[in-house]
This record gives sequence, structure tokens and C-alpha cells, in this order.
Amino acid sequence: MRQAELIAQAGKIVDVAGKDAPLTVRGLTVSYGNKPAVFSVDASIPAGSMTAIIGPNGAGKSTFLKGTLGVVPRLSGEVRIFGKPFHEARDRVAYVPQRASVDWDFPARVIDVVLMGLYGSVGLFRMWRARHRQQAMACLDRVGMADFADRQIGQLSGGQQQRVFLARALAQNAEFYLLDEPFAGVDAATERAIVTVLKDLKAEGRTVVCVHHDLSTVNEYFDRVLLINVRRIAEGPVETTFTAEHLQETYGGRLAETHINDLRLA
Amino acid sequence: MINDLITALGAEFVQLSLTPILIGVLAAIACALPGNFLLLRRQALIGDAISHVVLPGIVAAFLVTGTISAIPMMLGAGAAAIVAVVMIEVVKRLGRVEPGAAMGLVFTTLFAAGVLLLEMTDTSSVHIDVQHALLGNLESLIWFDAEGWSSLLDPQALATLPPQLPRLAIVLVGIMLFIGLFWKELKISTFDAAFAGAIGIRTGILGFALVVCTAIAAVAAFDAVGSIIVIAMFVCPPASARLMTNQLGRQVAWSVLFATISAILGYVFAGYGPGWFGSPYAVSAAGMIATISGIIMLLTCLFGPQRKRTGQQAEA
Repeated sequence: MRQAELIAQAGKIVDVAGKDAPLTVRGLTVSYGNKPAVFSVDASIPAGSMTAIIGPNGAGKSTFLKGTLGVVPRLSGEVRIFGKPFHEARDRVAYVPQRASVDWDFPARVIDVVLMGLYGSVGLFRMWRARHRQQAMACLDRVGMADFADRQIGQLSGGQQQRVFLARALAQNAEFYLLDEPFAGVDAATERAIVTVLKDLKAEGRTVVCVHHDLSTVNEYFDRVLLINVRRIAEGPVETTFTAEHLQETYGGRLAETHINDLRLA
Repeated sequence: MINDLITALGAEFVQLSLTPILIGVLAAIACALPGNFLLLRRQALIGDAISHVVLPGIVAAFLVTGTISAIPMMLGAGAAAIVAVVMIEVVKRLGRVEPGAAMGLVFTTLFAAGVLLLEMTDTSSVHIDVQHALLGNLESLIWFDAEGWSSLLDPQALATLPPQLPRLAIVLVGIMLFIGLFWKELKISTFDAAFAGAIGIRTGILGFALVVCTAIAAVAAFDAVGSIIVIAMFVCPPASARLMTNQLGRQVAWSVLFATISAILGYVFAGYGPGWFGSPYAVSAAGMIATISGIIMLLTCLFGPQRKRTGQQAEA
């Protein structure tokens, strides 16, 4: 495993994660207009891992997630989820978009949003039923939001909204969780609650990938990193890949030397 | 005034007012239903755009076919609606302008083109004019063969109902079926399009189907009630309803109620209201219906229970 990672870091693409890995990406390119947001990125996420996607603003981290899920059209590249095209493995994946990407003034209660995560188990032309509500309540309980089930979503704080999004993903009961900046703009209590849930998911053998901004918590929360700045810079275990050298390459001059020295790097 | 109401609900009412009121209510609901989703998707102007471009559509259809029968008119209006939606996309992408501006640009241009087309060609012999396009002819949709409430059970009398009535009823049933069957999908994709795409909802097709529903409602309602009501009903009842509740299902129900109240009160006030103030003239029903929907909007802005939503967010 270690040897394979080293080979991968040398620039040769190796399936460290195996053929049926939660995510294998080859040469993913996504473009808005003429400028590619993500250019020829490779990645392979092994089962049971917890990976942080790291890079500066506008580096294409969110676009990488959306590109793998086909939410934005791919210009080129191959994406395999558990060894299959995404549309064949959809039920095994839960995606949490950025909190700020939706209008929280939408007329819905907390429970309504969590019920959306059970869409796949309701069936076409049918409505959510009592057992779906029970499942949704259990998921809200896991993120400590059960008391807020009937609250209008616009009345929640940023951290509470993020927990509701996580509860919706838990309702999907997936094997592979992709979260876009779950810790952005949340309070400390929410951050702890989310980390606990994500670590529980990992302990259950599920796979977690987060777009992550706070370099100071990478060591504590994650076991792998994927560094992106339009292109892939590096991917691998935190101990070997989360290095000053790779961070300089990813962030260019934007990351001060002193900042890097403060991080507990490999 | 009480006596007015009693005679108003007799045989004469069935003949003169029942069908216009029913048509007004059906048209208002048919527009308000998709309007709920347009509003939440910040696409409310789409309804406005489509109802304006109906005018050049029907003028063009008249010039091509030489008749003003319903089928070519509706086809022309439908074609114009499609042209408008395509043009809005083109302007948005090539001109790199925001969606609202693109819609505003396209529908005013096409409406103006329709007015010019109307004035430059000889359509004076037929009943197409700008006034008709804006206000419709709700008051003229009377039921000649009706002799009282019993006519509702008389097949012969029913056969002479204004054709707009069954047409709008069919359109309304179609829209209700679309919204009812795809309720979950519409709700999820309107709230969170990226999540909807990831769980396998075809958001592109669904959004297009919603616009098609809007176009069908606009075209069918336009023929009967004119574009002022159509534009008002796409926006006012849903916007008022949003201020009454924080649940989508209840919002849709409130919007149907507000659309119905607007249509009934608007028609009654337009027809009988001026008489209560001693004026012998009735005013335009379409204008009054739209005005009532605006008054309801104002009242919900002032007194709606959910009017203070924004700015209330507590940061924990």
C-alpha cells in the first residue's frame, strides 16, 4: 500500500484503491466558458477512507465534486463509482452541496428537507409516508436536530442548516459521502457534531470525501488528502502527502511561510 | 344591494355571469399553480414573457391562416412562446446578461413587434386588437342557451357553453396532474437543483416541462381573459401565499384560494360594483380581477403571518 502510494506520487497513475473503489477518476476536465475549472484531474479514493480535498479559492474543488457526480457536464474524463458509471451506482452515493448554494427562504420545514434524502425509497408518483418520517427523525436525532423538525429552515443558524444537510445525506444511507465545505461558516459545536458523525460513518466502513478549507484541522479530521489547483497536485495519506512542499505548490505564494510552519505537517 | 344580489343569482346570473366567473376562476388557478414554482425558482418573469409574446403569435397565425378560429390561434401562440424561450436562452448566453434582463428584452421586443404587425396589416375586420390582447373578453363569454340553474343538467344547453370553459378545464386538469405526479421532483429540484441532479432527478427536462405548462396555461387563459390577468395570476397569488405559510403544499393551496377569490370578487365588483356607487357603467373584469389580486398581495404583505421571514435568522 505504502509503495503503491509512493508510485502514485511519482506521477504514475496507479489504482491504489482497487478496481471497485468508491471513486476512481481519470483525466477529469470541466470547463465553464473557455477556461477549464478542473483540468485532467486523476483521483482514486479507497474504501473506508476519509479524504480532504484541499486547494485555494477557485481551484475547482467544488467543480471536481460536481463533475464526478455529473451535476455539471464533463468535457472529458472517466469517472467510476464502485467500478461503475455514476448512474448505475447512484443509490450508494450521498452528496451534500455547499450550504450557500440553496435559498433557505424556501417554504419547507427541517423535516421536509431530510425527507428529500429518502427520495430513492419512496418511488415514482408516490408520497412520503409515516415510516419515512420516522427514518428522517432518526437522522435528525443523529445530528442533534430532532427538536427542530417542524422549524422553518430559514429560521436556523448556519450551523443548524449544515446539520440538516448532513441529516438529509444520512437519510440516503449511502456507502460513499461527498460533502462540499461542510465546515464553512459553522459554529464550534456544529463542527464537533459533524466530525463525530463523519468519523462514525468511517468507523462503519463507509467512505467520506470533504472539500475542506481549514488547513489546521486536516491532521485531526482526515487520513488522506487530495490537493487540487485546477490540476491535481498530489494525493495520498496525510502523513506523506500533506507536506509544506505540496502546499506551496498548491497555493503558490498565497500561503505565508509562517502559516505553513504553524501546521502540523508531515 | 341585497336585492341586487338575489336577482343576481337567478336565471340571468346563470346566463350572463356564471360562465365568465367559472372561466375567470379556471384561468386564474391554471396560472397560479405553475406560478408557485416559477416564483420559487426566481423565474416569475417567464410567465410575463410568455403571455406577452402570445400577441405576435396570434397575429402571425391570423396572417398565415386568415381565420381567427381557436386551433391556429393557439398553435401560433404556442410557437411564439417556444420562440421566446429559445430567444431568452440565446440572449442570456450570447449577451451574457442576467436572466431577468434577457426576459425583459425579449418579451417587450416581441410584444412591440406584435403591435406593429397588427397595425401594418389589415386585421381591422376581425376581432384582434391590442385592447383585446390585454383585457380579453371575459364579459362576452356568456351562455346564450342557459335558462337558469337547471340548464346545468341539460345536455343541449351544455353543448352551447363557451368553448373556452371546457378548454381551460382540460388545461387545468393537465397542470394539476403534472404538479401532483411530479410533486417530489418539483419540490426537490426547486429547492436544491444540484442535489436533485445527484439523486437522479432529470432537472433539465423537469424545468422545461414546467415552462411548457406555463406556456399552455398562458395561451389557454389569454384567449379567454387577456394577458393582464395571466401576468397577475402567475405572480400575485403565489407571492401572497408565500407570506401565509412556510410549507410548500400549503403555499400552493393558499395560492389557489387567492386566485379564486380574485377571479370571483374581481368579476362581481367590475360588473356590479360601479352600480352600488350609482354609476351606470361596468368596468373591465380583467382589470378588476388583477387589481384584487394586487390588493390581496398588499394585505398579506401587511398582515401575512410569515411576512417577516428574512432578517430573522439567528446566528448561533
